[in-house]
Amino acid sequence: MIVLSDYLILAAILFSLAVAGIFINRKNIIILLMCIELMLLAVNLNFVAFSHFSGDPAGQVFVFFILTVAAAEAAIGLAILVLLFRNLSTINVSDMDRLKG
Amino acid sequence: MFQVPNMLFVLPEMVMLAMACVILLLVAFTGTRQIHWVIGLSQFTLFITALIVVWNMGEGGLTFSGTYIKDNLSDVLKVFVCVINMLVLLYSSRYLKARGLRQGEFYVLAVFSTLGMLIMVSAYHLLTLYLGLELMSLCLYAMVAMQRDSAVATEAAMKYFILGSIASGMLLYGMSIIYGITGSLGINDIALAVAGSVGDDSILSFGIVFLVIGIGFKYGAVPFHMWLPDVYHGAPTAMTLFIAAAPKVAAFAMLIRLLAEGLLDLQHYWQDMLIMLALLSMIIGNIVAIAQSNLKRMLAYSTISHVGFLLMGVLSGTDEGFAASMFYTLIYALMTLGAFGMILLLSRQGFEAENIDDFKGLSDSHPWFALLMLILMFSMAGIPPLAGFYAKLLVIKAAIDVDLLLVALVAVVTSVIGAFYYLRVIKVMYFDKPLVTHRLDAGRPMQIALSVNVLMILLLGLFPGALMQLCSFVFV
Repeated sequence: MIVLSDYLILAAILFSLAVAGIFINRKNIIILLMCIELMLLAVNLNFVAFSHFSGDPAGQVFVFFILTVAAAEAAIGLAILVLLFRNLSTINVSDMDRLKG
Repeated sequence: MFQVPNMLFVLPEMVMLAMACVILLLVAFTGTRQIHWVIGLSQFTLFITALIVVWNMGEGGLTFSGTYIKDNLSDVLKVFVCVINMLVLLYSSRYLKARGLRQGEFYVLAVFSTLGMLIMVSAYHLLTLYLGLELMSLCLYAMVAMQRDSAVATEAAMKYFILGSIASGMLLYGMSIIYGITGSLGINDIALAVAGSVGDDSILSFGIVFLVIGIGFKYGAVPFHMWLPDVYHGAPTAMTLFIAAAPKVAAFAMLIRLLAEGLLDLQHYWQDMLIMLALLSMIIGNIVAIAQSNLKRMLAYSTISHVGFLLMGVLSGTDEGFAASMFYTLIYALMTLGAFGMILLLSRQGFEAENIDDFKGLSDSHPWFALLMLILMFSMAGIPPLAGFYAKLLVIKAAIDVDLLLVALVAVVTSVIGAFYYLRVIKVMYFDKPLVTHRLDAGRPMQIALSVNVLMILLLGLFPGALMQLCSFVFV
């Protein structure tokens, strides 16, 4: 029997993987975008699990909106990535160093 | 039973959405040929929305099954958001034209982003809050990337996009935990569930951590500030102005709705986190700003320190503290408008007045605008009798009232440190020989608007009572 905490642990693992991927990755911006998607999907899993086990549909509705927004976000992210590649001819994270933070 | 929602409460947003679609179609069919119509229509949209909010003031309540609220806080903040963005559009139009960026897209994005801010300000449900936030942020990412041939601007856009998305992810994760524990998404239901819960609520603190991280990212509070200087520096100044002013007002509404209205009973959890954010922001922001030679970057670090100050009012957890924070946010928005407006004023085709050295000797050629810049810098440093002083005074007082003496002490010491870099700008303007010839080719409307904007700061410093009353009236 799969219980709520199993889902929550899976979501937490996915979320941590995403955050780790964002901060450890020094190579490729596309991997960064993938990590951001993974982060949102982990949240979706959380919402669906909570929603299912409490019998309240609001969480599942939330997931639909997150999916939609994530699609829009990916579109904008990839568009910016195309611009970046045109200007810098590279999509290396470590090459984004014109602005020193 | 399905109830027809009270449409009167969302009238401003509906008008703005309809007008935004009209502007979008106009831009799609006429391109840049009818650009003055697009500009006029955008200004008119913001104006008419503010007017409707004022006309509609008074009666308030929930609508759309409790997902949307109209109260004094939302009314006042909406008016300010619209007015701030009107000024932003006025200041930026000449700058955009000189850089070939005066495309209709900017105005479409600006109006849609304002719509997102209005939704954020009125959201009373985690879903509405998230959708408003994303509508605002997605427009801002696209806006920063609008200067397509500039490597710096696209890099800034990418950094803004990635860190903004991380912030949304963190915020959502926190929301999902809160939803799981309280079983509801409405701010009101969450507050009731939190107040009624007995026993161990430590799992909720796990959710609050993520909420606070998300808010910290959006605000640019240390240690989540890495994006802010890069984005302010890399983005075209008109876009920097847009990002710096009104979104902070909307973020303030988000902070109040989530922490002060939803989770007030768990104040003992979020207070400590906000204290850390506030202390670090004030210290790092003010100290690192000293080392900057680029004015935009210096203002970015000064923003970080201002964020620290305005968090100080919220973390006190009292109504006076929230009112003080709101006062600080509004004054901060006015000062930012003035400071970036000044950079826009001095910039012209092929010349970007973004270094502090570019302001050398401004008082010789343009004594009036040097005086305005002096007022702005003094106000940011918190020198009486300017509005920035009262804003700082109120938040420090709010912190002292709840016995957070250490926070108040750090605030005072860091604002003394901060005065150094503001005064350096003034010294450069009045006592140094000019490096470049200053030529103003800005139109009368912008010069007058900028003067009124800065004189407002002086006026609000001399007579702060009215705005203070407004802020405390919102939180009773």
